[in-house]
Amino acid sequence: MKAPPAAYRPRRDHLWFARTRNYTIFVLRELTSVFVAWSVVFLLLLADAVLGGRLAGFAALAAQPWMIALNVLALAATCFHAVTFLNLAPKATVVRLDGYRLPAWMIQGGNHSLWLAVSAVIAFFVLRGFH
Amino acid sequence: MRRTLEPYLWLLFSGGGVVAALVLPVLVLLFGVLMPLGVLDWPTAGHLGGLLGNVLVRLALVVVVVLCLFHAAHRIRHTSEELLGIARFDLVVALLCYGGAITGGVLAVMLMF
Repeated sequence: MKAPPAAYRPRRDHLWFARTRNYTIFVLRELTSVFVAWSVVFLLLLADAVLGGRLAGFAALAAQPWMIALNVLALAATCFHAVTFLNLAPKATVVRLDGYRLPAWMIQGGNHSLWLAVSAVIAFFVLRGFH
Repeated sequence: MRRTLEPYLWLLFSGGGVVAALVLPVLVLLFGVLMPLGVLDWPTAGHLGGLLGNVLVRLALVVVVVLCLFHAAHRIRHTSEELLGIARFDLVVALLCYGGAITGGVLAVMLMF
């Protein structure tokens, strides 16, 4: 008697993300999340150093060349994440004003303006604040 | 209809995406690049301590940490499964990713309060 045929399993394409430019950009965008997580860890280390009175030690660590390189990558990744995520909003949100559908560029423009404003407020409080 | 956790995880994911987009680049630019390179001076410990002394700032930081970590956990879970072909271990991967996010959130709360 013949053994029952095994279930068909298509061969896995291990390099699927390199097949088209869109796949590569998709994977790169997803991988920005690793740097999002790293940035959070970096901020927690900073907060821990400030609260523990070890800011000078943290500044020395942050000035290590490998750390600067890592954070330059993190900056590029978080900016890529920000641009792609804020540009995605019109796909998820449809805004209608009296039957007029707000075009995508207006929603994206609003998001990017908000990004700029929030960044300016944070930079103001970090660098200067109200004395 | 059976209720699942999925919508809430997606809510955490998209909330984290927005918060990460608005808040992280400027903080990494300032503390991770410009200050270490000497382009900008480090603020004094007193100034940064004063900022963290405000309970609203500490609360905001905890919210940022929790949302960003859940956003990252969700993406890392699905991307690692697709990239490495380990979708059959979804339960373990999910536990590791969300467990990491919960641990980070707990650490942030312990640090701030």
